[in-house]
Amino acid sequence: MITGRFFAAGADRRIAITIFILLAAAIVVPLLNLAVSPTSALYVPAYIVALTGKYLCYALLALSLDLVWGYCGILSLGHGAFFALGGYAMGMYLMRQIGSRGVYGNPILPDFMVFLNYKELPWFWHGFDHFWFAAIMVLAVPGLLAFVFGWFAFRSRVTGVYLSIITQAMTYALLLAFFRNDMGFGGNNGLTDFKDILGFNVQADATRSALFAASAVMLALAVFITWAIVGSKYGKLLMAVRDAESRTRFLGWRAENVKLFAFTVSAVMAGIAGALYVPQVGIINPGEFEPSNSIEVVIWAAVGGRGTIVGPIIGALLVNAGKSWFTGVLPELWLFALGGLFVAVTLLLPKGIIGMWDSWRGNAKALRAASVAEEAGTKVVVASATSRPARSPARNPGEWSLSDPEPQAAE
Amino acid sequence: MSKSNTILYLDGVSVSFDGFRAINNLSLVLDKGEMRAIIGPNGAGKTTMMDIVTGKTRPDEGEVFFDGQVDLTRHDEAEIAMMGIGRKFQKPTVFESHTIEDNLMLALKGPRSIFPALFHRRSAAEARQIDDILGVIRLGDKRHELAANLSHGQKQWLEIGMLLAQDPKLLLVDEPVAGMTDAETEETARLLKDIARDHSVIVVEHDMHFVRELGVKVTCLHEGSVLSEGTLDFVSADERVVEVYLGR
Repeated sequence: MITGRFFAAGADRRIAITIFILLAAAIVVPLLNLAVSPTSALYVPAYIVALTGKYLCYALLALSLDLVWGYCGILSLGHGAFFALGGYAMGMYLMRQIGSRGVYGNPILPDFMVFLNYKELPWFWHGFDHFWFAAIMVLAVPGLLAFVFGWFAFRSRVTGVYLSIITQAMTYALLLAFFRNDMGFGGNNGLTDFKDILGFNVQADATRSALFAASAVMLALAVFITWAIVGSKYGKLLMAVRDAESRTRFLGWRAENVKLFAFTVSAVMAGIAGALYVPQVGIINPGEFEPSNSIEVVIWAAVGGRGTIVGPIIGALLVNAGKSWFTGVLPELWLFALGGLFVAVTLLLPKGIIGMWDSWRGNAKALRAASVAEEAGTKVVVASATSRPARSPARNPGEWSLSDPEPQAAE
Repeated sequence: MSKSNTILYLDGVSVSFDGFRAINNLSLVLDKGEMRAIIGPNGAGKTTMMDIVTGKTRPDEGEVFFDGQVDLTRHDEAEIAMMGIGRKFQKPTVFESHTIEDNLMLALKGPRSIFPALFHRRSAAEARQIDDILGVIRLGDKRHELAANLSHGQKQWLEIGMLLAQDPKLLLVDEPVAGMTDAETEETARLLKDIARDHSVIVVEHDMHFVRELGVKVTCLHEGSVLSEGTLDFVSADERVVEVYLGR
């Protein structure tokens, strides 16, 4: 009982540390960029601020995927679509802020509309000159799409690989739609050439630092919200649906509603990530709907450790840092490296980096497995399991069943 | 037949899968407070019958009534569970990555919508109910263990405990003693007899010793309909039952 509480506190401590680091970064990194002289060793160049800000958006996207994949077993291969929709909503606001500074100098119509002979603003562009309206759309559009999509998919009891395939089809359909010029979202070129956000120049160092801080704070908030959701009775239900969906139905729970809530919350989080991403990279185009983007998100979460809150964040940061480095050094090999990484993680680290870390430390899981083994009378193995931390992704007796309970197909 | 005073009433129920008649004109009546054992060879339709009662499968024809008046064919699993029918699966199905306590907490009778669950705080009354059930299923000392660590027999008990937490009027228990030792089997028989004091129960089981220990009316199913019904001695003396099930 006490050990249970201790380990629970251990997991909470990890969340607290993560939130603290993110909030500290939100203050320190902008300070080191703005207040420190460029000649100082502590100076953080603007491009690093922009790059890490982008990574934080990816981390938020990975966390949103983890909420549905890690905790509810819904392998969404279309989360990039929610990210891109949030990004487009923000992009539309940024386009409207350009005003008459565009190449064609039209105060109302963005450049691509003038170029494509639009006579007036399409109805769905109205309101995006206000930040508050765009902010609501950043939440509402991905949330609504996820709600409607999930409503049909989960009620029809589409699960497993079939669900993954239709999420993939969803993002592909959106990709094709957004490529069309007459969709009114800039077609192939997307939305770019942004000038201002809330009256501040998006290129300015101070704005970039502020966007970095906003991303870090938003990620910290998302970590907290995910932690609160996962720790609640609903969160336990979410995992119960993952492990034995029919059991929850026969207990009277509506598994489709359980999934729908998580899926919608997750899509909103992905949308926020996209909205923070766009002003930092300066462009949003249909390429963001590319199915391979969504698959990459799955890899980040898998590398870091799905079903943990911190894991996907670490995974997203590490893989993207690796990508930045790799594409600089050996650009043609990056995709092979990424594919190899996914294979390696699946085979060698089924619980990701966080899972490996936990078994190295021989903490909660190994100790509990040991106490189980002790009851079973296998003292010898226990001694070796507790006296030294196992160096490999340890195989203590009972640990598999503990860390990776098999989802059961009920009768 | 009158439906009043019945907890479960099946009349002329048939269902086929791809032309195979899993249930064929099945009629079965369970009185309120009754415990019934159902036996029969593999493929006799025992599990399909439970699927029909719990709303997982819709019958092609026939009447299925709960508590004398509720037409079960019009409701889905979650609604039927909320009306008070609990079901234990053949293969013990518990939430392996949760503790015993949390398993019971998720099963406890109460609101079943998302937002109450999101802001739920465990009340003293709930803690007491969980304690009671842990006592009944004899898993009190393992309450903080993960369900994955339980033995097969203990998982069966936990699942029965989850049924109790639901506080159903009717329990459908599919092969509760599969894979249990003799001692555990006896213990389970005692547990079910306790439960049957204030619940209606249907037990599907192959273990004839266990059925004998329950000491209740027995129904033998064969090819989707009732072959024989009565006391265990009557049923096991029936020529046809011997022929298709017990063997000579």
